[in-house]
Amino acid sequence: MTHITVTVDGVKYADQVEPRLLLVHYLRETVGKTGTPIGCDTSNCGACTVLMDGVSVKSCAVLAVQADGSDITTIEGLSNGGLTPLQRAFHEEHALQCGYCTPGMIIAATDLLRDNPHPTDEEIRDGLEGNLCRCTGYENIVRAVRRAAQAGVSE
Amino acid sequence: MTATVDAPAAEVGRARLRKEDAKLITGQTNWTDNIRLPGMLHMAFVRSPFAHAKITRVDLSGALAQPGVIAAFSGADLAAEQGSLPCAWPVTPDIVIPPHPPMAVDEVRYVGEAVAVVVARDRYAAADAVAHVDVDYDPLPPVLDIRTALDEGSPKVHEAGNKSYEWVFANGDTDAAFRDAPVVLERKYRQQRLIPCAMEPRSVVAQWVGEQVTLWSATQIPHVLRFALAAFFGIPEQDVRVIAPDVGGGFGSKLQVTAEEVLAVLVGRRVGKPVKWTESRSEGNMTVHHGRDQWQTIRIAADADGRIRGLEVDLLADMGAYLMLVTPGIPLLGAFMFPAIYKMDAYSFKCTGVFTTKMPTDAYRGAGRPEATYAIERIMDELAVELGVDPLELRARNWIRHEEFPFTTICGLTYDSGNYEAATARAKEIFDYDGLRREQAERAARGDKVRLGIGISTFTEMCGLAPSRVLGSLSYGAGGWEHASIRMLPTGKVEVVTGSSAHGQGHETAWSQIVSDQLGIPFEDIRVLHGDTQISPKGMDTYGSRSLAVGGLALVQACDKVVAKAKVIAAAMLEASADDLEFSAGKFSVRGDPEASKSMQEIALATFAAHALPDGVEPSLDSDATYDPDNFSFPHGTHLCATEVDTETGFVQIRSYVAVDDVGVVVNPLIVEGQVHGGIAQGVAQALYEDGVYDDDGNLVTATLADYLVPAAPDLPSYQTSRTESPAGNRLGVKGVGEAGTIASTPAVVNAVVDALRPFGVHDITMPCSPERVWRALQSGNGGQA
Repeated sequence: MTHITVTVDGVKYADQVEPRLLLVHYLRETVGKTGTPIGCDTSNCGACTVLMDGVSVKSCAVLAVQADGSDITTIEGLSNGGLTPLQRAFHEEHALQCGYCTPGMIIAATDLLRDNPHPTDEEIRDGLEGNLCRCTGYENIVRAVRRAAQAGVSE
Repeated sequence: MTATVDAPAAEVGRARLRKEDAKLITGQTNWTDNIRLPGMLHMAFVRSPFAHAKITRVDLSGALAQPGVIAAFSGADLAAEQGSLPCAWPVTPDIVIPPHPPMAVDEVRYVGEAVAVVVARDRYAAADAVAHVDVDYDPLPPVLDIRTALDEGSPKVHEAGNKSYEWVFANGDTDAAFRDAPVVLERKYRQQRLIPCAMEPRSVVAQWVGEQVTLWSATQIPHVLRFALAAFFGIPEQDVRVIAPDVGGGFGSKLQVTAEEVLAVLVGRRVGKPVKWTESRSEGNMTVHHGRDQWQTIRIAADADGRIRGLEVDLLADMGAYLMLVTPGIPLLGAFMFPAIYKMDAYSFKCTGVFTTKMPTDAYRGAGRPEATYAIERIMDELAVELGVDPLELRARNWIRHEEFPFTTICGLTYDSGNYEAATARAKEIFDYDGLRREQAERAARGDKVRLGIGISTFTEMCGLAPSRVLGSLSYGAGGWEHASIRMLPTGKVEVVTGSSAHGQGHETAWSQIVSDQLGIPFEDIRVLHGDTQISPKGMDTYGSRSLAVGGLALVQACDKVVAKAKVIAAAMLEASADDLEFSAGKFSVRGDPEASKSMQEIALATFAAHALPDGVEPSLDSDATYDPDNFSFPHGTHLCATEVDTETGFVQIRSYVAVDDVGVVVNPLIVEGQVHGGIAQGVAQALYEDGVYDDDGNLVTATLADYLVPAAPDLPSYQTSRTESPAGNRLGVKGVGEAGTIASTPAVVNAVVDALRPFGVHDITMPCSPERVWRALQSGNGGQA
């Protein structure tokens, strides 16, 4: 077992973990952050995307021990009360149906807008290539990201 | 068609933002895999690495010695209690339905079939221990191709052979229709095997307390599952509670009674602790039922002017290794849809269900109807080419004209409403059909290496499953009604209980809109409850685009009963005769005296107090209703697709996609548009990307999302959607919409790809139209069945 200290959504956690434990399992089962779901086992779907020190990572492709000392933001801690412009835009543009991909999609889009605050539609699609959605056909996801970008804030 | 539709309403038709979203965008969700119960154990399955083999020995001792392992069971250990997974649709009297034990006992028939289960204290320990179960197999030859599986000398999947059933339908004299017909075309089309890939993997938790069991499952069908556990696995129905918490998509794949659900219940009883199992994606790709997988032979006979005389369809349908819940019935849902929107003199259909050593097939978005629509819309384009007629013009010469509704088709279905002319005209205009045809000709004339193709799909479908009597006549094992109840709370708020079980469709929003209009209760004051058999005791669940067209009508009936009860109490409160009251916008008022009125909220509180109810009136406004439709629902539309095909690389780019859908009256345009978008995407995925492939040994080579190409955002176009509205013949005027896009889009895309390449002698490309297949088709110029 290895000792790690990780800040998750603003709270510091100290835990003993197996070296092989995936960050997503650490978040879901040790910390209880079940808002971050798991959609695959090959890092293709992006459902488990979280921010690690401000940059989006697929938390199924990171070991919990690699997150030692880092600051993780999940969908549950993305906003400090209320909603971020992206969360609001996903609601307003009907950019989710079953909602399973939504946490990863919103986190990935958050990183996309941090990187490129005024993306074209093509840049939005390319930027979200690592996140799969089976319900929406992506049309309204693109609209939502565009709307959040136009609001001018990615937070 | 004139339909009687209730008066225009305040909520129905509004683009209400969804009630469901708040928790989903903040991660406050309740997926089955989130559930943790005290003492809960984790299951992991040992699965067959062989497509077909005898099991000669299962040794669990190595696994049982691993740290954290509590128990392990083989199929033989559970043989006395595990029964057989149900098939609810014995389509013919002589259908072969082989036994389907949830866990294989002496023979495995597909890669991934469960042969043992390990139960451990955490999921890592369970997964580790799987490697320590020792299973000996005696391999048998696999059966992988339905075109040769019925040959004499083919290895057998089951003792009884590889044929499950043959189902036929015919109407009119097809011999006469084809005899001396000026044009006869025959085509073979391949419906490749698809893997549903709902984003939420399957997950199950089973907990026994005394004699009662609660099963949480990522399912579309909590009610059907409860019934099945009682009817087929010997657990008294009153002791079974099934809960479908938040469910992350289904598309038919969670319309199933799965081995893992049954085994969780049985293993939970054995170990006396709650047990949980959540599949990995690669486990799911192998063992969630697959979709499609047919070979279609379609023949069409026409007059010289393009009028269709007759149609003949001969299907081979891959059942996979076993018949699951509705496996054999899926092609039948397509049987009635090959004639589509067209008039003809004669039609005959034959389907042969064939066993293979692959994962069973079953319902996948559209379920039979995408396959049918693909074949007819593809061959209509071929017929147009043969006759030198514009493909839209050919369709117009054959389709049912709007003034002919209601129209009984050659299949005996009565289409209640539709307007194919209007939808097509709208689509042509938005698409700029004539302009694109000009550009196509220009590009061909100058020998452009990127060619433009235009694809058409003027589809209809039958959904809203379904009138119980019709289901009965097709030998289906259950009815097609839906249930709703209304609970009027003392404060005037409302709980709506629905038997349909949403998993992304937005029922909580749409149902609130409908009930708001019916009862005059504000949208915000309504809470919709579903997905728990103790809260919603009756239901037939969500599939086949049935929720609104059946469940929505049940809501209206339940609301009628509330209004009728409230009227009696209002009359007493107003000291008026009930006959003198009118109900509007949530208020009963005395005719001619609008000042004298009582709101639904006032009546609810008075009913709760029950101080002054008339004699014999019970103190309750609550109601129950069960609605059984008398017809299917027939949405339709015209989808037009323009593709740019690079003739050097074979790469296909969708340049524009226009969808004009007629789904009758729309309750929430935002939700309807979302359903259309997602539906189109899934159909495009079949046309261009997805293919569930087994190798020559019967291994699934597309078991991960790296190999099975669920399209991402850059792979799909932006869609232009519009609607026409022909109200259906029900009180809301509504039709289903969940599957329409998927049914429509596949042929539109492939027609466009083929259209681009006709100058090169290409008349077909086998799906998915990958760059390699398109390129090979171009090289051979002979149809590209590469």
